[in-house]
Amino acid sequence: MTAATAAGAPAGAGDRLLGLLNGFIAELRAAGIPTSLTESLDAMEAVKHVPIQDRETFKHALAATLVKNQSHWRAFETVFEVYFSLRGPEYALDAADGPGDPDDEGLLDGPGDGAGAGDALTPEDLAEMLYRALMSGDGAMMRAAARQSVRRYGGMEPGRPVGGTYYLYRTLRNLDLDGVLERLLRQAQDASGSASAPLDQRLRRDEYEHRIERLKKEIEAEIRRRLVADRGIEAMARTLRKPLPEDVDFMHASREEMIDLRKAIHPLTRKLAVRLARKRRHRRRGPLDFRSTVRHSLSYGGVPAEPKFRHPRPHKPEIMVVADVSGSVAAFARFTLQLVYAISSQFSKVRSFAFIDGLDEVTRFFEGTDDVGEAVHRVNAEADVVWVDGHSDYGHALGVFWGRYGADVGPRTTVMILGDARNNYHAAESWIVKAISDKARQVYWLNPEPRSYWDTGDSIVSQYAGFCDGVFEVRNLRQLSAFVDHLA
Amino acid sequence: MPPRFADAAAVRAGLAAVDYLCDDPIAGVVYLADRLEKPVLVEGPAGTGKTQLAKSVAEATGSRLIRLQCYEGLDEAKALYEWNYKKQLLRIQAERGSERSWDGISDDIFSDEFLLARPLLEAIRATDPVVLLIDEVDRVEVETEALLLELLSDYQVSIPELGTLEANQVPLVFLTSNSTRELSEALKRRCLYLHIDYPDVEREKQIVLTKVPGIAESLADQVARVVRSIRRLDLKKSPSVSETLDWARTLVLLGADRIDAELAVQTANILLKYQSDIAKAAKELAAADGVSPDLSPAAAAAG
Repeated sequence: MTAATAAGAPAGAGDRLLGLLNGFIAELRAAGIPTSLTESLDAMEAVKHVPIQDRETFKHALAATLVKNQSHWRAFETVFEVYFSLRGPEYALDAADGPGDPDDEGLLDGPGDGAGAGDALTPEDLAEMLYRALMSGDGAMMRAAARQSVRRYGGMEPGRPVGGTYYLYRTLRNLDLDGVLERLLRQAQDASGSASAPLDQRLRRDEYEHRIERLKKEIEAEIRRRLVADRGIEAMARTLRKPLPEDVDFMHASREEMIDLRKAIHPLTRKLAVRLARKRRHRRRGPLDFRSTVRHSLSYGGVPAEPKFRHPRPHKPEIMVVADVSGSVAAFARFTLQLVYAISSQFSKVRSFAFIDGLDEVTRFFEGTDDVGEAVHRVNAEADVVWVDGHSDYGHALGVFWGRYGADVGPRTTVMILGDARNNYHAAESWIVKAISDKARQVYWLNPEPRSYWDTGDSIVSQYAGFCDGVFEVRNLRQLSAFVDHLA
Repeated sequence: MPPRFADAAAVRAGLAAVDYLCDDPIAGVVYLADRLEKPVLVEGPAGTGKTQLAKSVAEATGSRLIRLQCYEGLDEAKALYEWNYKKQLLRIQAERGSERSWDGISDDIFSDEFLLARPLLEAIRATDPVVLLIDEVDRVEVETEALLLELLSDYQVSIPELGTLEANQVPLVFLTSNSTRELSEALKRRCLYLHIDYPDVEREKQIVLTKVPGIAESLADQVARVVRSIRRLDLKKSPSVSETLDWARTLVLLGADRIDAELAVQTANILLKYQSDIAKAAKELAAADGVSPDLSPAAAAAG
């Protein structure tokens, strides 16, 4: 629809679009994407200039005006899929079902129904169709194959209160995509002759994996479309609402969220490093340099007209990270270590210690490697952090720290203790934190639990908190980067 | 002023004519920027053609490109305008003998004649079509960003002594950012947002074919695929499009007609700039089954 026809269209259609967009924007805000009033006005203006039939263009027009941060793109895409999934001719749900099956119930035909047109396909036919679609890499074929797969295997029932992931899992399990990948590779191998170079094999594998990824996306989209048709837009949008990467809780992140987090942490560390370096360079002048001021006053006849200041001495703190790496908080320790090491140039020295009930210095794993992920892996595999039973014992671990490394804590040292302080009812030994705090420049405690859980059950944060310079709730990347910013 | 492009397809065609191959999102946003008269904030990894986009749009529309390179410490006098003090002083001295009152002189020396236009003001006052490129806007401090806001939202510049100068024509504005820091909400709100990522295999192949003369299509295809495989690895710095082009040129110079694992690892140092990345890529490329694993240390040494 061009601008001209949009204006000429019946008012009802325009109003409907406006209403839809309003709901869409409200949902974006609910998903945590900051969208201002002017931006939504821009979006309404923008959609006048793009053809609405062209879904991709329409999506990108909305994205350009509403989403100003790449990490929000995925959240935006989900909301978009939900709101506009049933629109556009090639996305009409009955297309695959044929004219004989026009009623809406047909959409959710399970395999048990046996009457729908889609069930004419045997599993072998479907496998063949899938294989051909992947072989050619053609978008329309993939979409058709995805649609058939969901019809055949998804087993979607109207009104059943399960999430989309359940259907996705069911569909993928039946498709055996790994087997299909192997078959594709074998086929390609045979076609090109036996003496195909390893590099070619590798490239082919990457290509097919890429296509399978696309197919999975199509399947996901298809399931979502069907769910939206069943439950309605608002309900679906609510179920799919997920926290943005920077708000994902470390302790409850799913596997996919973890992967996202790992991706998100890299640009974050880069931003943080640049910001800290800049802050340091632009630090205000140091204190008044009396001697120099007097000396320069001689050229003004003894009047101290030009005050001189000392050069600021940027303090580069020495950091000691003491991290609980037991199961419940391991992910949190991992991200914190990663972040601290990524900006280690801002500190004069970084030493790290890991503990569960025993404690071990793990600095050596981080030295001479660029790959912090690898180092964290080695910490988990090689460090000697278990003393008795592998349940957190803060008292004992801190005791070991104080006994072995207490002498290294000095007035330039900042000690960061990471953990939930769930001590399994062992002795707290909080005097050690006091002793550390007396010697060190600062002691901070970072707790990955929500503040309301502190001091419930076996959590004894407050026993240590009194001796720390600060206790922070650090549950997500946003809070973590705010803390590190404050630290340096 | 009539719109520069009829539709998104026209953007695509226009840019393709000046050897810039863009995908649908890029074309769509450029088209919207023209229609909505809004600036475009372009973000994305280094070396994906953000700056080139602005240059190519200027070339495609036959506009003059005005470029403001941002850096730390950029100020009003460098970005917006400056009074020409020397000329003002001369003027005052020249008036010394005459009977004119100070009011007359001061009105006189704060006039257009004594104003030095810097890029932003120049873009506003241009009468010919211009494209304004504000490059690497993430390098200026947050406070300095405020300088841009008036221009970006209203296409005008206020000068205390002169009043408000409004744009003769609305320039097409591109801001690029490598996202080394978060830009302020105020700035983002005023712009359309475009994220340019690495191109997909097909587009990258086309780019290689366009930009590297004398390359065979099969080789270009292989180049694009190898680069995609490398980008899938977890690297410190993924190869950019410009590095892909350098690599393709090298392969052409070497007279290669197809890439095998050995050639790929030997020339990997053109694509990758960190030793650890080169070692990792070499290992991955050579590790496809069947190749003796002793290739990888040799490859690391070659880098």
